[in-house]
Amino acid sequence: MKQFLKTTLLVAATLWSVATLAADPTVPLDEAKVDLHNKASLQRGAQLFMNYCLGCHSMQYQRYNRTFEDLQIPEDLGMANLQFTGEKVGDLITNAMPTESAGAWFGTGAPDLTLVARVRGADWIYTYLRSFYVDESRPFGVNNAVFPNVGMPHVLQELQGVPRKTTEERMIDGEMKDVYVGIKADGSGMLSPSEYDQAMLDLTSFLVYTGEPMLLEQRRMGWYVFGFLFVFTIFAWLLKREFFKDVK
Amino acid sequence: MKKLIAWFDERIPMTKTWNIHLAQYPAPKNFNFWYLFGVLAMLVLVNQILTGVWLTMNYNPSAEGAFASVEFIMRDIDYGWLLRYMHSTGASAFFVVVYLHMLRGMMYGSYQKPRELLWVFGMLIFLVLMAEAFMGYLLPWGQMSYWGAQVIISLFGAIPVIGDDLTLWIRGDYVISGATLNRFFALHVIALPLVLVILVFLHIVALHEVGSNNPEGINIKKPKGSVPDEEKPKFKFHERFTKKYDIVDAFPFFPYYVVKDLVGIGIFLFLFCYVIFFAPAMGGLFLEPPNFEAANPLKTPDHIAPVWYFTPFYAILRAVPDKLLGVILMFGSIAALFILPWLDRGKVRSIRYRSGFHKVNLTVFVISFVALGYLGLKPATEVYTLFARIFTFLYFAFFVLLFFYSKNETTKPVPERITK
Repeated sequence: MKQFLKTTLLVAATLWSVATLAADPTVPLDEAKVDLHNKASLQRGAQLFMNYCLGCHSMQYQRYNRTFEDLQIPEDLGMANLQFTGEKVGDLITNAMPTESAGAWFGTGAPDLTLVARVRGADWIYTYLRSFYVDESRPFGVNNAVFPNVGMPHVLQELQGVPRKTTEERMIDGEMKDVYVGIKADGSGMLSPSEYDQAMLDLTSFLVYTGEPMLLEQRRMGWYVFGFLFVFTIFAWLLKREFFKDVK
Repeated sequence: MKKLIAWFDERIPMTKTWNIHLAQYPAPKNFNFWYLFGVLAMLVLVNQILTGVWLTMNYNPSAEGAFASVEFIMRDIDYGWLLRYMHSTGASAFFVVVYLHMLRGMMYGSYQKPRELLWVFGMLIFLVLMAEAFMGYLLPWGQMSYWGAQVIISLFGAIPVIGDDLTLWIRGDYVISGATLNRFFALHVIALPLVLVILVFLHIVALHEVGSNNPEGINIKKPKGSVPDEEKPKFKFHERFTKKYDIVDAFPFFPYYVVKDLVGIGIFLFLFCYVIFFAPAMGGLFLEPPNFEAANPLKTPDHIAPVWYFTPFYAILRAVPDKLLGVILMFGSIAALFILPWLDRGKVRSIRYRSGFHKVNLTVFVISFVALGYLGLKPATEVYTLFARIFTFLYFAFFVLLFFYSKNETTKPVPERITK
């Protein structure tokens, strides 16, 4: 029996490690150190989203008032500074761009971003936002290292400056090859590189929040449930011990 | 109180049923950890039904509204996220406990005579459970819901002559559409759960008719009058069990196994709640990331994988180059389990007393099943397909080998009584 379990576990572990090796994306993703307790970061992220993203991308499953409440933004301030479409505070965060026209303008409709963090993951978004680079062959003059041939312009260029792809010559398999090492902005943007990284982390954090607005409540409740289960299991065990005195 | 009970007992067999099935039901005294999973499966079934009822109250079964209504439940309904995560985690937990429950049956020979029908009812439950889970997975109307269903339903198209008409009949449309969603919703929330509950009822009736097996595989029912009184348990068992047999090495299910199961339930709930509250997507295994994108018939995901509990069978399907043959093998892998009681011609139940060859065979089977499950999650590359073929072969080899060696298997002598 023990041998049987051991072998099974061993094989499972081997297969698992093979799996993790196999999953190797072309561009390594940078880790997004998202902290959902950092309300200031989430607020800045919301500000960036409403100003730069909402023009094309909707957030149609999330409501303004829920967002303001969770991010600790007073409702009147939020409505005055973060709401540009004339919607009411209890409304879903939508925009005015018709999907059909978007298809004609960009080749595809701009996807809704409420759940993008659950689809792509925080690291992907964080790296994507920092991986636009100048590529004159593309319709908008930019391309993206994480999402090749992406159909959107680099709307954050005024913040980042003009980003260029940087490569390094490295010896691979006996040949010198240009290897992608990252993006360098030319310094014409409103933010320094580190400020831009922080802004993108804020924006990523906001998207992680909208993907799972219940996440903090969920975890908090989880600890209470564990507490209850701990007590329950101890009493169940004591009860079992008491009853089993009859049968031993 | 006594009067009230008497009033009921005159009109319905209340106390009698309680006694036969719980308070005076003889359960072998040596049940171990593996005997928890039946109770856990019932617990999860109740969880699925209760949370399902509440989810239905706010879910909208239409192609236009389904995805948004799930997000409405997650965001705008008080504790809606909790109901949804309990339900989605419950689906996976159901398969975890059912697979372990089945493995228990295989290890201790619980399917052997006289428990063949009990096993067949169990297999029917498994089959209905798979249909239930498959239809339920379409309801969130995400990308994986949509394309997963598209792939699975198209399998029926491999059946000669009637294939195409059959898939059309199942979908109610030429592609998966709102029509499919509506019928799947109806089947998922009423038809299949009803069948499931009836089958579970029959499973338990059949179990209590033949009595529980145990890790030793030793019969606790001895011929009437063969056991001296001092060796009989001090408990009162219902005369339904003692009329024809002397019962040994057992105690009543209630309260003893009920309190023991409570401890097991507590430990199970720790794991279950860990997933609900801290990892509801379970790293993409329980809730797949592409499913957080609404279904789009014009955009095929790069890699379509069914949910983890279907992947062993999916891997078998993909391992075969011919589609029809693949479908046949996939259903064959389940059919083989159905006829297991007749494939195993051995007289000894428990793995503890069976041959070393049988132990190896069952171990290889379990490894193959787990490996196939893993391979079904991966893209079908050349290497993976080769592995899938090897493990598919080993999966079926278990049944074939069992049929041949079990008749004249060298087994250890089985004790008369449960000694532990």
